[in-house]
Amino acid sequence: MTAILPAKSIADRLTTLFWRKPKLLLALLITPPLLWLGVIYLGSLAALLLQSFYSIDEFSGMVVREFTLKTYGELLRPQNYDIILRTLTMSAAVTIGSVILAFPIAYYAARYAKGRWKAVFYLGIMLPLWSSYLVKVYAWKLILAKEGILTWAVTQTHTNFLLDAALALPGIGGNSLSTSYIGMFLVFTYVWLPFMILPMQAALERVPTSMLEASQDLGATSSQTFRTVIVPLALPGIIAGSIFTFSLTMGDYIIPQIVGNSANFIGMAVYQLQGTAGNTPLAAAFAVIPIVIMLIYLSLAKRAGAFDAL
Amino acid sequence: MPAAVEFRSVSRHFGPASAPIKAVDGVDLTIAEGAFFAMLGPSGSGKTTCLRLISGFESPTAGEICIFGQNVSNTPPHLRNVNTVFQDYALFPHMNVRDNVAYGLMVKGMGRAQRYAKAEEMLALVHLDAYGSRKPGQLSGGQRQRVALARALVNEPKVLLLDEPLGALDLKLREAMQDELKSLQQRLGITFVFVTHDQHEALSMADSLAVFNDGKIAQIGTPAEIYAQPKTRFVADFVGSSNVLPPALTQSLGGPAKWSSLRPETLHIDPAGALSGIVTSLRYLGSGHRVAITTQGQDIAAILPSGTALPEPGQEIRLGFPPEALHVMVDP
Repeated sequence: MTAILPAKSIADRLTTLFWRKPKLLLALLITPPLLWLGVIYLGSLAALLLQSFYSIDEFSGMVVREFTLKTYGELLRPQNYDIILRTLTMSAAVTIGSVILAFPIAYYAARYAKGRWKAVFYLGIMLPLWSSYLVKVYAWKLILAKEGILTWAVTQTHTNFLLDAALALPGIGGNSLSTSYIGMFLVFTYVWLPFMILPMQAALERVPTSMLEASQDLGATSSQTFRTVIVPLALPGIIAGSIFTFSLTMGDYIIPQIVGNSANFIGMAVYQLQGTAGNTPLAAAFAVIPIVIMLIYLSLAKRAGAFDAL
Repeated sequence: MPAAVEFRSVSRHFGPASAPIKAVDGVDLTIAEGAFFAMLGPSGSGKTTCLRLISGFESPTAGEICIFGQNVSNTPPHLRNVNTVFQDYALFPHMNVRDNVAYGLMVKGMGRAQRYAKAEEMLALVHLDAYGSRKPGQLSGGQRQRVALARALVNEPKVLLLDEPLGALDLKLREAMQDELKSLQQRLGITFVFVTHDQHEALSMADSLAVFNDGKIAQIGTPAEIYAQPKTRFVADFVGSSNVLPPALTQSLGGPAKWSSLRPETLHIDPAGALSGIVTSLRYLGSGHRVAITTQGQDIAAILPSGTALPEPGQEIRLGFPPEALHVMVDP
């Protein structure tokens, strides 16, 4: 009698083993990324958290490795508190601005763009991401500058009054757009817009056309359909996009340095505190703020039912 | 009294005007009030486009559509007094069953208490009284279908449109829903228009139907007319898998030199029968047997009731039929 199965090579033995124990293969595949995530990412996050509970000795400038809430208390000092509030307001404004700008683009791409136009859409969204972030920010500084192309354009079209009115706004106006909060808002919104459009578009694409037709069929006007069907179903995508725009704005330390009135933001504060000032505990405490705010934001979104359609 | 739905030489073309795809091509159609009307046809025959023309999701390239005598060709869907049960049900996943059913009343501005009361009433009608607080994702296919039905009916439409309403259900549920839809329609007296590619469904549920082919209506009539007297080869073939006989064979059986149809269940084994041929296949159907023979290069199927003595494959047999069973068609 001859064997019906051919002799096994090592590769055959290995595939047989994996076939019999599929979890072993999964474990082999998932261990390296899990180590990366667990040790390098979560580990450093834990270290950051730990640092934030240390304090600095005001005379020697040395880090005191003892648990204390003193550093967090420092965050409540007026100048630090202002930084947090300013960053939070800017992040919220950028997120809202991105939602408003991104929605029509994402909606068009998800519902109407087909074939070649879809490729053009993706290219158009991704292309700005290919060039250096610094180059884009400096380009915007020039565009928004007092002698820049924007000023030239409003002069040519005799619409200076619009620009002047915007710059005259108390608090957010300024000498020129490139040294005002409005300018900073514009640059932030431009830089982070793709991160809002893409998840939004993915969410809108998952809404079947029949759902919108059903709403119309049942007597809803376009705006009713938008409010009661499209927005709730796209909400997970909007939330995902807002996590990007919100946290990216919260942590950025370059745009506030280049554009705006050089008022301090969380990212800049962390950069200065851990660098020149050598106050690592306070820098860590500042860095914890965005994490806490994002956690609060997500739990509120969950409670509001933002993920029910998932 | 005007008809519930009327198509006056309606066409719907897609693509460039130079080489249009004629999804619907010059259709004239009248659906009486209170009818249970079926649009039957293979996929791509234009039946679904016709349904979408009634609901307003498509607008006609030519011709006009009237609902109860009113030309609605330029009326958007949300202003038409018709409602649709979608093929995939299209229930809103973020709302519970009650809110889904009450949706049409909500967008019209009805108060919460009143619309919930009406929604519950409708849910009771489709036997889903206890399911108001569930999400559509927690329901079975049959239950979702009922919710979709309740959601459409709560608006008291003049015409209810159903797009392949039973397509996604399994056989047993499908038969139960057929009975239920039929009795619901009779109780409510609303005109039902449904689209299907399943001839059994169309024949058993509708009280009149239109058979679509290539964007045109091949035949309109009652199920009995369509089944027994198909006008064209296409209808005979599509509705109930009839034997379609070419002119020469019709003539040899005593008919005119035209295409004709012969229903398989009208044939029986008869030593003196007019058709003779070799048995090529024998298939058990449960309720009887299907025997196929070849005669003059043409396959002829007969359905023999249980209890008939069966021939062997390869055996030569003769089949007979009552003379009125041979139906001559208009096709040359």
